[in-house]
Amino acid sequence: MVADLLRLKLTLLRNSFRRSPWQLIGLAIGGLYALGIAGICAVALILLHSAEVELAQTFVVLGGAAAVLGWAVIPVVASAVDMTLDPARFTTFSVPMPKLLAGLALGGLIGIPGLATAIVALSTVGTWWRGPLAPVAALAGAVLGILTCIVLSRVVTTATAGLAASRRFKDASSLVFMIPLILLGPLAAVVTRGIAESADFLTGFARTLSWTPLGAAWSLGGDVSAGNLGAALLKLLIAGGTLAGLTWCWKVLLERALVSPPYAGSSRRKGGHLGLFSVIPATPAGAVTARALTYWLRDPRYSGSLVVIPLLPVLMFFQGSQTGEYGVLTVLGPLTAFMLAWAISADVSYDNTAFALHLASGVRGLDDRLGRATACLVFALPVTVAFSIFPFMVTQDWINLPGVIGFSLGILLTGLGLASVVSARYTVAVPLPGDSPFKKPPGNVAQTLGVQFGGMGVLLLLVSPEGVLLLLQFVTGDPLFGWINLAVGPLLGLVMFGTGVRLGGKWLDTRGPELLAQLSVNR
Amino acid sequence: MTLPQPDQPIPPPSAPALSLRGIAKRFGGTIAVDGISLDVPSGSFYGIVGPNGAGKTTMLSMATGLLRPDFGTAAVQGVDVWAHPPEAKRLMGILPDGVRLFDRLTGEQLVTYAGLLRGMDRAVVSSRVGELLEALDLTQDAGTLVVDYSAGMTKKIALASALIHAPRVLVLDEPFESVDPISAANIRDILDRYVASGGTVIVSSHVMDLVQRMCDHVAVVAAGRLLAAGTVDEVRAGASLEDRFVQLVGGRSKTEGLEWLRTF
Repeated sequence: MVADLLRLKLTLLRNSFRRSPWQLIGLAIGGLYALGIAGICAVALILLHSAEVELAQTFVVLGGAAAVLGWAVIPVVASAVDMTLDPARFTTFSVPMPKLLAGLALGGLIGIPGLATAIVALSTVGTWWRGPLAPVAALAGAVLGILTCIVLSRVVTTATAGLAASRRFKDASSLVFMIPLILLGPLAAVVTRGIAESADFLTGFARTLSWTPLGAAWSLGGDVSAGNLGAALLKLLIAGGTLAGLTWCWKVLLERALVSPPYAGSSRRKGGHLGLFSVIPATPAGAVTARALTYWLRDPRYSGSLVVIPLLPVLMFFQGSQTGEYGVLTVLGPLTAFMLAWAISADVSYDNTAFALHLASGVRGLDDRLGRATACLVFALPVTVAFSIFPFMVTQDWINLPGVIGFSLGILLTGLGLASVVSARYTVAVPLPGDSPFKKPPGNVAQTLGVQFGGMGVLLLLVSPEGVLLLLQFVTGDPLFGWINLAVGPLLGLVMFGTGVRLGGKWLDTRGPELLAQLSVNR
Repeated sequence: MTLPQPDQPIPPPSAPALSLRGIAKRFGGTIAVDGISLDVPSGSFYGIVGPNGAGKTTMLSMATGLLRPDFGTAAVQGVDVWAHPPEAKRLMGILPDGVRLFDRLTGEQLVTYAGLLRGMDRAVVSSRVGELLEALDLTQDAGTLVVDYSAGMTKKIALASALIHAPRVLVLDEPFESVDPISAANIRDILDRYVASGGTVIVSSHVMDLVQRMCDHVAVVAAGRLLAAGTVDEVRAGASLEDRFVQLVGGRSKTEGLEWLRTF
């Protein structure tokens, strides 16, 4: 039965490649990346073999505890847990509970995260290849640790299944998750500085962790090689008890989940609130604008990027305050302009097959393009201008301001024009509607990368006049170039915007059905 | 091409509501639709039946301008769908099967969006949306996001989006799937009245009883080919539509075998 479950998982994995060879390539790239990182960690762990016990122990325990935490937290917030072996699908088969548990646990190992964790964990045997007993203890610890990771993640996902099925929770959690992710850099900087100032802190922290369920399993090898057999024995008990306790929790939760599937209820609401649809002009392009703006606010795949934008100045200001050099802040405006404009380059891909409504109602391509670009422009324009001015308020050196504003507006308008063309012609792999922004999107990864980088290359070319003007100003220091840029940027940008919207609209008119056919492959 | 002027297609008098000529589509190695020619008379309630994977959805997608055919032509009220898409689409209301909706809009917003996309006046849209939601029993959920709708409600809101611009021809792909019996009866009433006042409805379904009771014409499609077409009485030739369908399509497995199923 356990073997059957594992075979099922492998078959599902194999069949998912059959859909298209590109998917296989995408998975291969993702796999190589993850396994590459795992490989580096493994090599580092084996190199720790020659380090002193205390140092090696600190690294192994902290890393192991982080892995356990990651397995518990990431699947919930990213709603990216691998549900190919969803226990709910086995309700009708009356699989004996112990076998179901064992099968699901081992099945969790098949797949990139499981494999990577296993490789890294087993490398700790190399770290503790000292004396006859330590490798054995490390091996036992690694196996216990891996199983704890998987069982814990299953416990958490089963317990929160009801919560995770609720759309509101999914939307909110994926947004909240963005914030620490973006601020990771500065946070890490603060933490490392704190740690560098008190080197003993980490060692002490690891020692404490090794007595908790998070770190006990990972500390076995180190304690044995340090000769603390008594401590190792106690920690073995802690780790074993943790695993047993978690398994029991999982069993209870699973038994309950199998008879009462999660119900995602939501309250009914009467109409009367058309939102933006009652504000915009009643034209097809206006309707598209209202729809797109509603999505910018309501769909986490869009609003995720809106959360990032206000964090950008915080991030750059922080980095500037580290060095006392705020010059780099100048890129804030152009960078924001680029990010916002380029965000709509995958607009039709985000629609997925809902785009059929546009096709079925025969809306003109021009209206479609114009509506989407306007929606982005409505908030991107003030944000870009504000973010272009902000750095100069910090430095109080206003000489470069006109040039930077011109450059930013040039990027914004040109980018919107180009994105209107790109999204009318090419589909890219994006998370499906309703999925977390972090979920690995289905579809052609190679084409996505090609379209994205190709498009950015073309954009760079299109804004080169503004770029050259900005460079000239920086080199010569002549503010005249800045003033020229302030005129050239918006003017040239408007031309590009108009051309892009018109060309994209024409392509959409002629190739709408082909675009829909491409979209329906990604689902 | 019988059209007098390419830019101003004038439908010939009494043109069929939908006219397919040798329409065909191939996906990779499989031929989904293998040259179907079909005329749907104006003012008829036309059922399209066929087993799963027969090519019904592919055929209707090609007829409505959502999927470009490899061969053949499609015309709505005499307007070539693939030569004059905007004009043809103005005449049609389409409920496609298996596509997503803009489901982060509320039901009310979605139908309003469909109306405004067609270039309709705001006041007209607003009054029609209210009536449609009322008729489809969605008023209580008008402000709920479509993503939170049940499958049947989603079908109904998609139907409302297809009706909003009062089309001459309605093409509905599996409109009754997962719709409750009361809503289905309401929808049938709406469609009956629509046909009585001169509109044309084309529905695909694999519920034979429903088609026999509801439609006046029927076409049987299997394996991408048209097996029979005509009035329901012509096609069923005295038998029930279901029996006639099984006879035409074949593929009923012999009921011998599976003895073990009775051994418990």
